[in-house]
Amino acid sequence: MSRDMYRQRILDHYRDPQNYGEIDDADVTYEDVNPSCGDEIQMYAVVDEDDEIVDVKFDGQGCAISQASASLLTEKVKGMTLDEVRDLETDDIKEMLGIELSPVRVKCAVLGLKVLEGGIVEYEKEKQT
Amino acid sequence: MSIEKASPYNVEEVREDFPVLDRTVDGEKLVYLDNAATSQKPQSVIDAVSEFYEQHNANVHRGLHTLSQEASEAYETAHDRVAEFLGADGRENVVFTSNTTEGVNTVAFGWGIRHVEEGDNIVLTQMEHHSSLVPWQQVAKRNDAELRFLEVEQGLVKDGEVEEKIDEDTAAVSVVHMSNVFGTFTPVDDIIERAHEHGARVLVDGAQSAPHAPVDVSEMDADFFVTSGHKMCGPTGSGVLYGKKEALHETSPYQYGGEMIKLVEYDDATWTDLPWKFEAGTPNIAQAVGLTAAVDYLEALGMENVHEQERTVTRYALELLEDDDEVTLYGPPADHDERGGVVSFNVSDAHAHDTSQLLSDEGIATRSGHHCAQPLMRDMGVPATTRASFYLYNTYEEAEALADGIETVKEVFA
Repeated sequence: MSRDMYRQRILDHYRDPQNYGEIDDADVTYEDVNPSCGDEIQMYAVVDEDDEIVDVKFDGQGCAISQASASLLTEKVKGMTLDEVRDLETDDIKEMLGIELSPVRVKCAVLGLKVLEGGIVEYEKEKQT
Repeated sequence: MSIEKASPYNVEEVREDFPVLDRTVDGEKLVYLDNAATSQKPQSVIDAVSEFYEQHNANVHRGLHTLSQEASEAYETAHDRVAEFLGADGRENVVFTSNTTEGVNTVAFGWGIRHVEEGDNIVLTQMEHHSSLVPWQQVAKRNDAELRFLEVEQGLVKDGEVEEKIDEDTAAVSVVHMSNVFGTFTPVDDIIERAHEHGARVLVDGAQSAPHAPVDVSEMDADFFVTSGHKMCGPTGSGVLYGKKEALHETSPYQYGGEMIKLVEYDDATWTDLPWKFEAGTPNIAQAVGLTAAVDYLEALGMENVHEQERTVTRYALELLEDDDEVTLYGPPADHDERGGVVSFNVSDAHAHDTSQLLSDEGIATRSGHHCAQPLMRDMGVPATTRASFYLYNTYEEAEALADGIETVKEVFA
């Protein structure tokens, strides 16, 4: 039953997301959508000289799973290095959420991570030039 | 409730014709309300496809052996049956495609590219499906034409729009007949009359109309009309492009290859007759046979009856939901005449996907998202809606099941 998906913790993060908003002058800025369902996430991160994420925010719109997952992700990655974030995988997101997800909903759940990782790739590309 | 729960035919008997309606989903009875995406298939259609493969399978048109002749006969006759069903003159007017999208692309790239000139305009509605919007965007870009949109409010084309937008510079008009988002009908008669006064050709996207209501393309006077067999009890891969003969003669083939030629030399070729010049390659033969069975099925029920059944069940569903403060309904009021079997809605602050997911737990199949109408959704100010779409086999009890399912969504998101 997917009703198990909508545990209180997920609904709390959907209604009252953590680290929601924009960061002006963020080092990492990226956005993406899930074209099949229209979920949208923007991620912003500030990185220090050791490539550690010192601040991170997101905004966007979409289903409870995509928004709650992005909210939880911002809590998780604060203090992580960019390499550590790039090593995160779908299973880490599933574990973070602690719920069973159908393949379709996995896409919602990993959108936040996909956006953050996309932003990191852009950031590192720019740093090299 | 002001609805008398009547039906123009025995719905329970009809349901027995559709094997899948008998199945359960996670222990719950299936309530299939995703008919605008695709309809279920009656046993007669499934049998027709099976029988074709079991008894008659062969490639069509040029084989002299018995199976090929049987397959050709069945395939060609399917065009006649669809012509009758849509009110077309004959098989010359009916091109089989894989889906509605292919039909629109054939018109846009076979006709539009050749006949829309720089400075002309192409008129659409704001509620086109991406499949009838995106091809015309490409035509407009390539030919430096202007795209114009008939504005809609709650799924209805606003007064005065047809006169304002369609003018002497209009070369093509492409309008959805019944909106897949609202279930509303567009005033195609007025649109076609106005377009023809200005010498424009009109394509009507009937993906949602022909499966659900009586359609007569000749009476409508559409130049082109496209629809999907799989939304009207037929197999996937069975689409239809209707065209007036003169309109089809103005249209170049969109695909080239075998089956569509008359004479081929090393450096040139000529095309065979209508409709075959638009059907390059081995066509969807079994699907065409299945589509014939689907048309037979629908005609036996009567399209007036199908429309009536869907309208009253949908109206009942709307009435169950319209006084609920936590449910937002899109489209005109329940009793509006120009409204078919679609209910688009949102529940409290639940996202449409979450609503669909929770309804699925109750065995209720709905669809959530932008319904391939992203610009329209942006105008409506909503990222997505949940859509329940009804067909000839849906019952009043299923409308009640939907309303009950929505209660569950409200509980979870309370």
